[in-house]
Amino acid sequence: MAGTEHTNVEDTLKRIEAHKGVIGTIVVNTEGIPIRTTLDNSTTVQYAGLLRHLAMMARSTVRDIDPQNDLTFLRIRSKKHEILVAPENDFLLIVIQNPSE
Amino acid sequence: MPPKRSKSVTSSAGSKKKGKNTESPAQGEKRGHPDDILPMVLTSATQELFGCRADEDVTGESPYKLLKKDDLIQDLKTRAAVSDFSPAKQIVLDYPEDELLLVFDRDFTYDQLFYLVLTPEAKARILNPPQPEAPEVCENEVHKTGRSEPKPWISLGSEQEIEEESFKESREKLWYKFSRVRRKFGAPVCFSESNIDAYMECVPFQDSRFRIKQMQRDFGMQAVPRMQSSSSQTQWKFKRNIFTRYTPRELSDGDKENIHQCENLKHFCNSVTPRVLQALQQEEIMNVFFDDWKALGTAGDDADWSGKVSEGLMLYQAFTDQKYTKDKKISSINWHPTIYGVLAVALTEKKKEEAMDESSAFEFRASHIVFYSFSDPSNPQLLLECPDDIYAFEFCPSDPNIIVGGCVNGQVVLWDISAHVIHLQGTQPGKKYSLNADTFDLDDNKENKTPVVRYCAVSALESSHKAPITDVQWLPPTFEVTKLGLPVENKNNVSVQVVTCSPDCALMFWDVRVTKLLSQSGSDRKQNADQKTSYGVPETFKHLDRTWKPLFKVSLPKIDTGGEYAPLKFSLELYTCNANTGRTKEEANENDDGSKVVPDYSQLRMPSAKTLATLEDFNTKLYIGTEDGEIIYTDWKLVKDDSGRQQSAKPLHCFRTHHWLVNTVQRSPFYKDIILTMGSWNFAIWKEGVMEGPIVTSPCSEQVCTAGCWSPSRPAVFFIGKDDGSIEVWNLLEKTGEPLQVHAHITDAKITCIKAWTASSKQHFLAVTDDLGMVRVLEIPKTLYAPFKSETLSVKKYFKLEEDRLKDFMKRDELWAKQKKEAEKLKKKMDPVKPVKSLTENDEENMKEYNVHLEQEESVLKGLGLWTAPADTEDT
Repeated sequence: MAGTEHTNVEDTLKRIEAHKGVIGTIVVNTEGIPIRTTLDNSTTVQYAGLLRHLAMMARSTVRDIDPQNDLTFLRIRSKKHEILVAPENDFLLIVIQNPSE
Repeated sequence: MPPKRSKSVTSSAGSKKKGKNTESPAQGEKRGHPDDILPMVLTSATQELFGCRADEDVTGESPYKLLKKDDLIQDLKTRAAVSDFSPAKQIVLDYPEDELLLVFDRDFTYDQLFYLVLTPEAKARILNPPQPEAPEVCENEVHKTGRSEPKPWISLGSEQEIEEESFKESREKLWYKFSRVRRKFGAPVCFSESNIDAYMECVPFQDSRFRIKQMQRDFGMQAVPRMQSSSSQTQWKFKRNIFTRYTPRELSDGDKENIHQCENLKHFCNSVTPRVLQALQQEEIMNVFFDDWKALGTAGDDADWSGKVSEGLMLYQAFTDQKYTKDKKISSINWHPTIYGVLAVALTEKKKEEAMDESSAFEFRASHIVFYSFSDPSNPQLLLECPDDIYAFEFCPSDPNIIVGGCVNGQVVLWDISAHVIHLQGTQPGKKYSLNADTFDLDDNKENKTPVVRYCAVSALESSHKAPITDVQWLPPTFEVTKLGLPVENKNNVSVQVVTCSPDCALMFWDVRVTKLLSQSGSDRKQNADQKTSYGVPETFKHLDRTWKPLFKVSLPKIDTGGEYAPLKFSLELYTCNANTGRTKEEANENDDGSKVVPDYSQLRMPSAKTLATLEDFNTKLYIGTEDGEIIYTDWKLVKDDSGRQQSAKPLHCFRTHHWLVNTVQRSPFYKDIILTMGSWNFAIWKEGVMEGPIVTSPCSEQVCTAGCWSPSRPAVFFIGKDDGSIEVWNLLEKTGEPLQVHAHITDAKITCIKAWTASSKQHFLAVTDDLGMVRVLEIPKTLYAPFKSETLSVKKYFKLEEDRLKDFMKRDELWAKQKKEAEKLKKKMDPVKPVKSLTENDEENMKEYNVHLEQEESVLKGLGLWTAPADTEDT
């Protein structure tokens, strides 16, 4: 059973990774330690560390304005690519995509 | 001070030995042997009696014999005075122990054969020598490794000093006892007076001993450092980290596995995925941040909204000079690559053919290259003296002070204007403070005199071209060429070689450096390097003057027929990328900017050809425009022909696109394989590698195109100058069949030369020269110099399209030609087909019949029994 769960996770993430324009995905736990990544180590660590703080701050901003509210998605658009951050109860999913131009 | 003690003979304190040594020390010292042994003679009888026969019971190795005291006493009693032991009788009787030691003294150290040890201590000592050897040795060794061994004390006289200083009793202490008679104790006392007659008085007197002052005194001193310890504590007001150093935490593989297994992750993935996929999809569909409105207008970015947006070329300045440009036409114009607002024009004589007939032809007027500056439109800033008319000249890309020019008589000329660069720079608008500040009274003189620079070097007349040089170009600093015509890498990264072409059907490669042969005498020249000759000519290229020969010569044989092409203009590929050294043009540029060291050209030496690496993947082909309007694509590398000699290869292809003289062959500044050629009534655009022909050809125009150049900022725009003095602006993206703009009557005469220049990001100039010797500088409006966002890509696509069209056309052409041929062949074949066919058929039929007949014959004869195998004879 554990194996199938593992593969479910794998499959789901693979679907995201196979999407057009996706450069890499990172799954980060609450402490900011990357669990699963498709990028190289240094980049992963950098993204994980930085984006975790940003996501926490964004979440606290949203909740400060309205305590009933909560952050569901965070998108950062830069010149070169777009970073998607999806927070959930314990984990954080970071996806970096190259927008088609 | 206490008086010094009198010296007395004292016996040394520790010399009193206790023990049974009854002999006096004085006596002991007089003998030659220690006190505690007694040498004696033992008769052989005694020896036998006590079992200490010499060399039998006692030997040299074991000289010790213990004798019982009782035995000795017995012997003494029995033999009394005769006993050998009688001298030691008392000692024996007094001996405390039971056994005495008798030592056999073989070596007669104490004058006798035997000696008796008198004291038990000595006996113990002799019997058990205190093992000095081994332990001492060990100790010595041990001590030697670490500290030094204790050495026996050597007396240096210090014990005498100690003795002097030490306090010793010189005599026994005397003690006196005073007592009173007992009966007088307690008796009543009776005091009476008495006269003192004799009394002793102690009068203080001056003791002379104390008057003497001691002048010198010995005393010891020791310096003790004063040490003080103190402490302080700083106040750390703001506790904050300035630097932290950390490593990121990472999970071990086992942990990762655990997390992967847990349910949480699965829930997380399931809930997050739809959102993410949606976001990704959105991104893919369209770019929400793209501002269409903004992208629409390129001209309206920061344009002046006053409405005076100029569409056409506006005249910025015109340059002319009466003295030098009268009756002259301009053959070539160049912008100074680094100094703003300075351009140079080459002036040539007009009406040359007619001048030959008239006598006024020999009125020699020096030809010049004139430098104009924006700040002073009517006076030239600098004049370069030329030996003859110059048809083409170029600034060196690595050092703008070096200028090379091609003469009308075929010679190549070099100038070095480094001495006057400051003057040129000082003429820039806004920098008027420089030279004229101090010399107010000499102003007039200075302004009237335009500095003239004489040429540094000309090539040797016999090895130059035989016809006027029509095009000169510097080789880019990334490579150079050897004498054999092979491209090699350029270690100096400066442009040192020049290529010239001329209608005498040759292309020559020149090198401005000193050859090896001249290098010995170069040392003399080095000393004079900074001096000038009487003419004021810098010595930079003195080594080349009049002896300059080209490196090698490339001839252009015609493809199909004999003879050669006569080139007018050419275009080389600027080699930008080198896979071997891994340096790109950007790197090379950075290096140049970083070092900013322009090598001294007079010091450059040509390296030996073997030390340079040949560039294998280099494109050595170039485009040449000829006198007859052909465009040739050829390779300048020399190849070996059949006889083994080096020869120029035949051109790869040649197209007669233009009908007359080709006046422009120029590569696009944006794409290194797009070339614009212009001549006679049309122009063509070529792509390197496409052998079928030009990818774009323009329709013929009414006037002759006389000059053309690409726009340096927009890849799709180029300018054409015409015979009637008008300029056409073409934009390949907008209209391909006709010019975008036509500016008529820019000049009154034929336009001879047109060059575009980007002076700054807002100022783009177009310099136009004409037949009357006037130079006009036009300002290019923003619409014509600001490129679109993706213009480069669009133009590239356009060229690709054209190329494909051309290829397709050629294919179709071939196809049609083939089809046509086949159709004709088919027709031809139709008629004579039948008779030919019937003949062959007949033959076959005949053969078949004959074979059948043979078989029949065979069978019949066999039946008759008369069959002889004719196959044997046939076979042989």
